[in-house]
Amino acid sequence: MIDNENYKGYRDKALSTLKNFSVRVWSDVKVATTRGDFSGIILPRSETADDRHIVLKLHNGYNVGIGVDTITAITETGYKKANYKIPEKAFPYNSKKPRVKLFGTGGTIASRLDYRTGAVIPAFSPGELYGSVPELADICNLETEKLYGVFSENMGPEQWIGTAQAIGREIENGVDGIVIGHGTDTMHHTAAVLSFMVQDTPVPIVMVGSQRSSDRPSSDAAINLINAAKTAAESDIAEVVVCMFGPTSDQYDLLHRGTRVRKMHSSYRSTFRTISDIPIAMVSPQGFEYFRNDFKRRRKDKKVNLNPVFEEKISIVYYYPNMKPDIIDALVDNGYKGIVIAGTGLGHVNKPLYPALKRAQQKGIAMYMTVQTLWGYVQMYVYDTGRDIMELGVIPAANMLPEVAYVKLGWALGQTTDPEQVKDIMLTSICGEITEREPHNGYLIFQGGIPEVEQFISQYWK
Amino acid sequence: MLKPLEEMTATDYAEIGLKSGLEVHQQLRTNKKLFCRCPAGFYSDIYHAEILRHMRPTLSELGEYDGTALMEFKTRKNIIYQLNKASVCTYEMDDAPPFELNEEALDIALEIALLLKLNLVSELHIARKQYLDGSIPTGFQRTTILGVDGEIPFQNRKIRIVQLGLEEDACREVSDIGHVRTYRTDRLGMPLIEVVTYPDMRTPIEVAAVAQLIRQLTRSTGKVNRGIGAARQDVNVSIEGGTRVEIKGVARIPLIPRLVHNEAGRQQALLEIRHLIRSRGVKPDNFKPQFFEVTDLLKTTGYLPIKNQLNQDSKIKCVKLPYFKGILRYPTQPDTNFAKEISDRVRVIACLDNIPNIIHSDTDDETISSANWERIKKISGCNDRDALVIVWGDEQDSETAAQEIAIRASEAIIGVPSETRRALADGTTGFERILPGPDRMYPDTDLPPIPIFDQKIQQIRSQLPTPPWQCHEKYQQLGLTPQMIDELFLSERARIFDRIVNETSYDPIFVARFLTQQLKAIYRKRATAERIPEDVLSEVFKALAEQRIVREAVPLIVEQWLDKPTRPIVPVITNYAVRNRETVEKLISDLAEKVQLPGDRRRDQRFNHLMGVVMKTIRGRIQGKITAQLVEKYIIEKYG
Repeated sequence: MIDNENYKGYRDKALSTLKNFSVRVWSDVKVATTRGDFSGIILPRSETADDRHIVLKLHNGYNVGIGVDTITAITETGYKKANYKIPEKAFPYNSKKPRVKLFGTGGTIASRLDYRTGAVIPAFSPGELYGSVPELADICNLETEKLYGVFSENMGPEQWIGTAQAIGREIENGVDGIVIGHGTDTMHHTAAVLSFMVQDTPVPIVMVGSQRSSDRPSSDAAINLINAAKTAAESDIAEVVVCMFGPTSDQYDLLHRGTRVRKMHSSYRSTFRTISDIPIAMVSPQGFEYFRNDFKRRRKDKKVNLNPVFEEKISIVYYYPNMKPDIIDALVDNGYKGIVIAGTGLGHVNKPLYPALKRAQQKGIAMYMTVQTLWGYVQMYVYDTGRDIMELGVIPAANMLPEVAYVKLGWALGQTTDPEQVKDIMLTSICGEITEREPHNGYLIFQGGIPEVEQFISQYWK
Repeated sequence: MLKPLEEMTATDYAEIGLKSGLEVHQQLRTNKKLFCRCPAGFYSDIYHAEILRHMRPTLSELGEYDGTALMEFKTRKNIIYQLNKASVCTYEMDDAPPFELNEEALDIALEIALLLKLNLVSELHIARKQYLDGSIPTGFQRTTILGVDGEIPFQNRKIRIVQLGLEEDACREVSDIGHVRTYRTDRLGMPLIEVVTYPDMRTPIEVAAVAQLIRQLTRSTGKVNRGIGAARQDVNVSIEGGTRVEIKGVARIPLIPRLVHNEAGRQQALLEIRHLIRSRGVKPDNFKPQFFEVTDLLKTTGYLPIKNQLNQDSKIKCVKLPYFKGILRYPTQPDTNFAKEISDRVRVIACLDNIPNIIHSDTDDETISSANWERIKKISGCNDRDALVIVWGDEQDSETAAQEIAIRASEAIIGVPSETRRALADGTTGFERILPGPDRMYPDTDLPPIPIFDQKIQQIRSQLPTPPWQCHEKYQQLGLTPQMIDELFLSERARIFDRIVNETSYDPIFVARFLTQQLKAIYRKRATAERIPEDVLSEVFKALAEQRIVREAVPLIVEQWLDKPTRPIVPVITNYAVRNRETVEKLISDLAEKVQLPGDRRRDQRFNHLMGVVMKTIRGRIQGKITAQLVEKYIIEKYG
């Protein structure tokens, strides 16, 4: 609509001011106000900002907001419409290099800046990516496909299934490795569910994102993408893995098994960690360092075991002291078929919940217990509480992470409603979501302030 | 070359079309940093951890890299940040988004913006200005402007102010060697204002004077930091036919005139070089430098700078610059020539920082043997109109260096390249980076826009200090010397001076002398940083004006108060209440009896002795000369 284009984001008072003076977005203007004169280009207004200011990009490059109440006159001296045409650069193909497919689900793994308007423009086609991260051409022949464009908190069963199917198609096409660009907030959920939906993959499936947006010079995006492409193209790991920074310094990425990885800090580059175990490997442009050898190896065939199903009506319940049974009752009454409980300690909830759990058991709701502490096993024989809860039909889920148990339960219930079969699926580890043992170095959270820890930290790049 | 600085006149500078402008950066005195809650101003050499980062440029919509960004990327630097947990949090590490803008900093910046008569914006929009040298871990500085188009009066005209910005300070560089640049992060994130003037200054002295005036202005608020590094100037210089060059990070104002003068001279020399080259028929499109590898030829040289650097990965490259004979030795700055321009590029961009990093055929110095020079000239087909530059390093660095040599030579045919240069202690400058394009700024979407309400502006306006230029004339009329006026501003005591003179109408010269000399001496003597507050000083001067104390009492009262700053001032003043003559006479005779003046001494000895004893008790309670009179009177009356 013409109006939308001319007044992007402006509404109410600001919009009528623009119309009164016959100026539009991209008009080069001189504005007379009670606080003095300003000249610059009128920029679009952000949707979440108020209606009392007009945004000007001054000729020195800075943006300012001019209060509409202070404006006495606006005169147009020119008009320069924004033009987002990005020149295409061809990705140089090399028949000797492996073929890697990059699926985009959201987030911007690479971008360009339109300094004139301040817009950050996603770069996604192979040519655009090549322009931003030319190192990719040294690693592989890259193809890209945008599956979705959502913030990762909006990823859900529909997107998981769609992605799994796309991966299946690509494997049948004979790709050498797959990279999935994904927002970091729920990368671990998607990594886990894809591990179940796409089994026995012959090639690496590498999830990647960035903690700092790719328009920033300091962004981790390019390094993560280079390492992910290298993993997809060259590594021997035929599993779903997450490839993100190891330390917060620019040194190497870690390859985490998709069922044991979790985002552990709201903003650090080094936020992703393998829980209760060690990562599979370390990757940098110099190469791979494998930490273990119990991973599935790359194969030359094009077969894969796809099972993209999901039952939506499941929930995670995070237990807290004084939790009331009506929370559980409400889930049951609303038709939920499965509940994953993140219990305290070894897997506990309080007594008042017992009747609600019993009621759920009688209604055939599948219930599984995991630990809020994230690290460690559920062990419900040790205390009365645990034994009582098991009597009520809550099944201990060993050391499955709560979010992983949630997606697995959804996937299991998507295949069958038979409780015994569901239990079988849940408690049979497919790709490391349950491990038989936790080695001593599965839980290594060092406390700052302790002298030997501070000493250690000071010796290595953080 | 220009005449020496001391001999240049304003007309001389007008003839070469000198224009100069300032960008003054001044730290604000706040508790916390600008975008996080770390303490501001906690400097330390100790660090608890280090992180390693790299910077990548982002393409613009034209599909190009900003020149500076590309240059920094070519350097392939590893950037190390040293972290001290007392001064730095996850925000400075670029591992957390920004917190809300520090309101204390905003208020101070608004105060200065009003003093500069800028047109204030209604809503602050925070922008990201990209820096790829690593001085800021995020790769960009968060910056915003508060107002545009102001002015300050200077001599009998006005210096126009482009804008006032509020932004975060960068890291302090610890070292920059080869491919590793190390920064300390304590200063990072401190609030800075940036005052930008139009290039309205016409002579080097004017630039320094305006810088001084702006410094007095910011100091007059009493809310800016002092000390080394708290204020830095960037000086922009251009001449007719030249280009705007930015001299960055000039910490001391007295250095400015020489820097501006030498830069004007350097630009003029570059224009002369351009003319010279062009007169030889060279143009940008027919200039074809050639590259040769001479590693084998020179690997046994005895020339130490090459010999000591050589290892099995080294390459030695030679660049032939056609028609450049004599250009490399052309003087550009005092004691330097054009070859240094090339050497600087090689140092900064190819990271070859062992100097000398090049040798050239124009040189008078002893370098490689003349036999080797002959061989190289033959290989490269160099005749007596050409010049050769030789550079050495590892494969990648020597390749980058050779390219940069050719680039700088081709820029010489065009004229003065647009650069950011670093001020050196001798008043000359060295290349620091290609001057960034205007387009390396874009909005910071991590923070919402911040409205500036009329109410806030009114409130700050009502408490503005009197700007220095209005004070200057007034102070001169009051009889203050230029040194006193300067010192009043720089020591931030102009405000207390105004207050005391307004409240008491006491002799302004005495007040000024006390504030600028005696008080300064008192503080310097004392070990602590305790300062007497305005309110307390005001009370003391009120007592003086009301003749409850004498002048001599003032420094004594201040010192006594500083000994125990928590006590109220009134008892201290009372302690020094002026005594009348009768009281003093009585005191003198009492003391004289107690002390037992020796009977057979000369008058002056008795006088000194008694005076010493009396002054111990009476000092500051009456004018010293009256005490002397009364003591003398007593002695004469008693002893004749």
